[in-house]
Amino acid sequence: MAAQIAEPAAGGTGAPARADSFGPALKDALIAGLVTLGLLGPLVGFHAVVKDEGMNGQAALGLDYRPGLVAIMVGIVFAGRLLLNLTVWSPNRVVATRSGPTVFDRIGTTLGPAIKPALLAFAVGFPFLAAFLMGGLNESRYLVDVGILILTYVMLGWGLNIVVGLAGLLDLGYVAFYAVGAYTYALLATSAPINDFFAGLLGATFWANWAFWICLPLAGVFAGLWGMILGFPVLRLRGDYLAIVTLAFGEIIRLVLINWVDFTGGGAGIASIPRATFFGIPFNASEDGFAARFGLDFNPMHRIVFLYFVILALALVTAFATVRLRKLPVGRAWEALREDEIACRSLGINTTNVKLSAFATGAMFGGFAGCFFAVRAGFVSPESFTFDISAMILAIVVLGGMGSQIGVAVAAAVMMGGMELLRNLGFLSNVFGPGFDPTQYRMLLFGLAMVAIMVWKPRGLVSTREPTIFLKERKAVSGDLVKEGHG
Amino acid sequence: MDIFVQQLINGLTLGSIYGLIAIGYTMVFGIIGMVNFAHGDVFMVSAFIALICFLLLTTVLGITSIFLALAIVLVVAMFFTALTNWAIERVAYRPLRGSFRLAPMISAIGMSILLANFVQVSQGPRNKPVPPMIGDVIVLMERDGYQVTLAWKQVIIMVLTAALLGGFWYLVQKTSLGRAQRACEQDRKMAALLGINVDHTISLTFVIGAALAAVAGVMYLMYYGVVNFADGFVPGVKAFTAAVLGGIGSLPGAVLGGLLIGLIETFWSAYFSIEYKDVAAFSILAVTLIFLPQGLLGRPEVEKV
Repeated sequence: MAAQIAEPAAGGTGAPARADSFGPALKDALIAGLVTLGLLGPLVGFHAVVKDEGMNGQAALGLDYRPGLVAIMVGIVFAGRLLLNLTVWSPNRVVATRSGPTVFDRIGTTLGPAIKPALLAFAVGFPFLAAFLMGGLNESRYLVDVGILILTYVMLGWGLNIVVGLAGLLDLGYVAFYAVGAYTYALLATSAPINDFFAGLLGATFWANWAFWICLPLAGVFAGLWGMILGFPVLRLRGDYLAIVTLAFGEIIRLVLINWVDFTGGGAGIASIPRATFFGIPFNASEDGFAARFGLDFNPMHRIVFLYFVILALALVTAFATVRLRKLPVGRAWEALREDEIACRSLGINTTNVKLSAFATGAMFGGFAGCFFAVRAGFVSPESFTFDISAMILAIVVLGGMGSQIGVAVAAAVMMGGMELLRNLGFLSNVFGPGFDPTQYRMLLFGLAMVAIMVWKPRGLVSTREPTIFLKERKAVSGDLVKEGHG
Repeated sequence: MDIFVQQLINGLTLGSIYGLIAIGYTMVFGIIGMVNFAHGDVFMVSAFIALICFLLLTTVLGITSIFLALAIVLVVAMFFTALTNWAIERVAYRPLRGSFRLAPMISAIGMSILLANFVQVSQGPRNKPVPPMIGDVIVLMERDGYQVTLAWKQVIIMVLTAALLGGFWYLVQKTSLGRAQRACEQDRKMAALLGINVDHTISLTFVIGAALAAVAGVMYLMYYGVVNFADGFVPGVKAFTAAVLGGIGSLPGAVLGGLLIGLIETFWSAYFSIEYKDVAAFSILAVTLIFLPQGLLGRPEVEKV
């Protein structure tokens, strides 16, 4: 992996090679190879292995050597850079300057109208397609689970997109609102006093059956409130400070969840949270169950497929709300704020309020997603709300193109689905040897993708900016051309 | 009283480590105005390089003198960490100069994730313990069986930090490199017009920051005797807090902030609750940024249109 980073190492302002000479190209490649050796030598070439000695837990470190691996990586960098120097980065090459929309943008704009209904139809039909392809409802469980995972991240991505993509506020603590939503549902649904209260009023099973549908809006409201509480003092700060403070808040909430054992159950989490019901009808084999009421054979997959449609609906609500909000004055103010904060202030926009509304709206959708997470897993613990999740959601938004709905959805599907796919590729362990686990490369790839996209296409893969107001016709502008002010 | 003195010593030791990391944050912020989010992970990488080098020296080459080994480890770790940070700046930050506002920050976050997971993949996720290097302590006072001790490694950490800071201060205030750096901090365009190689100066800033972080990494390894791939995150945020508390962009401020954060953390752990010590540090960050954004020794930021 690091070999790939080192590759453009001297590329940014690389040594200018003469048009006709092989020498400078070779020299440049040699330097790149040496730098790679220096970068990878210590940490890839040597491996500090923990060797347990005896029963008293005395651990000692030993060293393993992997010179071959380093040699291969350095070789790849050297050869790759030499090739690039002689071909793509050669001074003979005519550099095409383009100012219009790029290839991806054009794909986005031309296929855009067609691709959205197609994707939507695919998403709606996916569980049936999966059942058909796998030859049965039970066999499709894995595929539908993956679908739920992807849609959860699509929804989180769309929620964060409001904050990062539309309002231009870098939020590194988005997982905090996800956690607030999840714990709101987990705590309320397992609370004995509430259960007893409703048991006396509306029947013994009322709370277990309706908890999710009552808590879902509450989770959003609580997360939004937390967004306001946390956002109000910090939104005056400049962009990168805001990022670090939101990160700190995310960590504080996680640490409090771990340490406030009486209230949250601590690191052990909260288990046996009531399952989702079909609007009050539980998915079980009893006479009042979903299968019996609708004259179907009982199958645990009904619940999973239903969950799939719940998250699909939630994600679509997020997308729809975002599309509508963009047309409202507040949505336009968000986008204006992203482009130039000083101009906004001089035009009389109350930037704090506008930022706060974006922050709270994004947090609310995070809360909905968290509530869904709790009902799907039936178990919540602080382990599920680490900084890694925030980083993953941010990576999805950044990769998809900040502000682009379809880009975020595609990025979520590619990143999450791609990782699941990678997990199942058995032949990879034949190539890289046994014990090769692609999943541990997941965050590595996320990090690499974030850096690569910033260097290569900072506006994300789909970066078209659609003007909201136009004279005669709507012209798509590449996001790279939109200059952003400071603020 | 005994506990107080003991915690004071521990806090100053910890604060020295934070201060050294904080300088890297504050220098980079001063010169290119970005929060180098990956700096904490550069610190972690340096601790791993030190670990590998230490193992190589003691188990393979059989060096028995611990001070010789430490000196070699220090130099090796500084060199490789500086090289790493140089490469990071070249690859991930330099192409983004002049890009939109959030781009360098996002790139730095990606780099931070990349570094932590690169170490996880290449070195494994388990804690790496090293045998205690210097165990001797000086007993300062003793009352009712409670000893107030000053470990030799704490002495080494504080003395080394003080010496490095002196050298570093000389570098920034008295040499032409330091002058170029301060000029770039004030006005990059004007500095370039006057013949200063701005890219070169920025590169050197990253190299110096990384070398100081490497010293912190070696001392962290020596002090705690254990390192893990995730160890860059929390010390990184705390060191950033130190830089903000001292006034970001101000070098004495970074050291002062580091010492304050170290002291607050140890006293909080000793007198309140050890579980919430990270919460305390993170809260200080938020409170400082909200109420005292220019820090203790910093200049208030004037927004230019």
